[in-house]
Amino acid sequence: MQPIDKRVVQNCLDALSKKDVYIHLETTNGAYASHKDESFLNASTFIRNAKIQFSLGKVTGDGPFRIGLKLNEGWVYGEGLTHFEIDEMGRLLMAGLNAKGQLAIAFELSEIPFDS
Amino acid sequence: MQKERHILVVFPHPDDEAFGVSGTIASHVQNGTPVTYACLTLGEMGRNLGNPPFATRESLPKIRKKELMDSAKALGIQDLRMLGFRDKTVEFVDEKSLADLIYGMILELNPSLVISFYPGYSVHPDHDATGRAVVQAVERLTKPLRPKLYCVAFSNNCEKELGNPDVIVDVSSVTEQKLAAIRAHRTQTALFYDDLSKKLAKNDPDALKWLQYERFWTYKWND
Repeated sequence: MQPIDKRVVQNCLDALSKKDVYIHLETTNGAYASHKDESFLNASTFIRNAKIQFSLGKVTGDGPFRIGLKLNEGWVYGEGLTHFEIDEMGRLLMAGLNAKGQLAIAFELSEIPFDS
Repeated sequence: MQKERHILVVFPHPDDEAFGVSGTIASHVQNGTPVTYACLTLGEMGRNLGNPPFATRESLPKIRKKELMDSAKALGIQDLRMLGFRDKTVEFVDEKSLADLIYGMILELNPSLVISFYPGYSVHPDHDATGRAVVQAVERLTKPLRPKLYCVAFSNNCEKELGNPDVIVDVSSVTEQKLAAIRAHRTQTALFYDDLSKKLAKNDPDALKWLQYERFWTYKWND
């Protein structure tokens, strides 16, 4: 992955709009966060291979970046994205990595389902 | 160290075997005991992607699979089984099916010792779920036929509630293999390994103790 190039990501979002796409969306602070600090509320979530269609997708901010996808009947939103890659399968893989290189958020879109 | 017939190790994540168990595994392998390591997932949800990143969320499982194989090789494990579950979902699969799978391995391998996580005292939900399924599987055998069950525990309350670990294994003769297993899991352990190496170079007593001794709690059966 490399630091997000807003123009490349925006082109990719434009190309995926109005198509059926699979999304992997995840946020995490690590399974051990509340083991290390018991006062910390450990919250994380992921959804994988939900099929969505968005009419308009935008990448915003000056880095870390935000992504918003307008669905027919709702929204998808992600914040804290720093890195991206368009992999050999043409999938748009984005992640927010902290200073140690650890993933805090993943936001991925693909026209074919991700491996289960 | 008592000679075992066969050892079955069951953990959910590649690298679970590297911390606190690898020395015990390597010692038994050196002693001529066959070891089977059943690893439930490929650690698909690991947070460490390298810095700068050399993995993505999608390429990580392939990398971690290779690391797991390298670690098994470093420890001399000849029977490595990857069971195909997904990281973070172990507690949501059907518990009986998972116990069936482990029970099947116990019948097949006839181990005299099983090693897993102590359910309720192992912090990560996948760890606790794996430990629960292992307990369920071993419990199906009548008490005299059960293999010994050594558990790893590290929750903040484990010593308060379980007491001191009752099994201490001196692994000082296989520390090279233990360090090699930790190193093999590069994506997860690079930061930890650097920190450990610095402490070992300064003869830090806690780091040396951690490297040379491994601790387990024998599972306390209710019956």
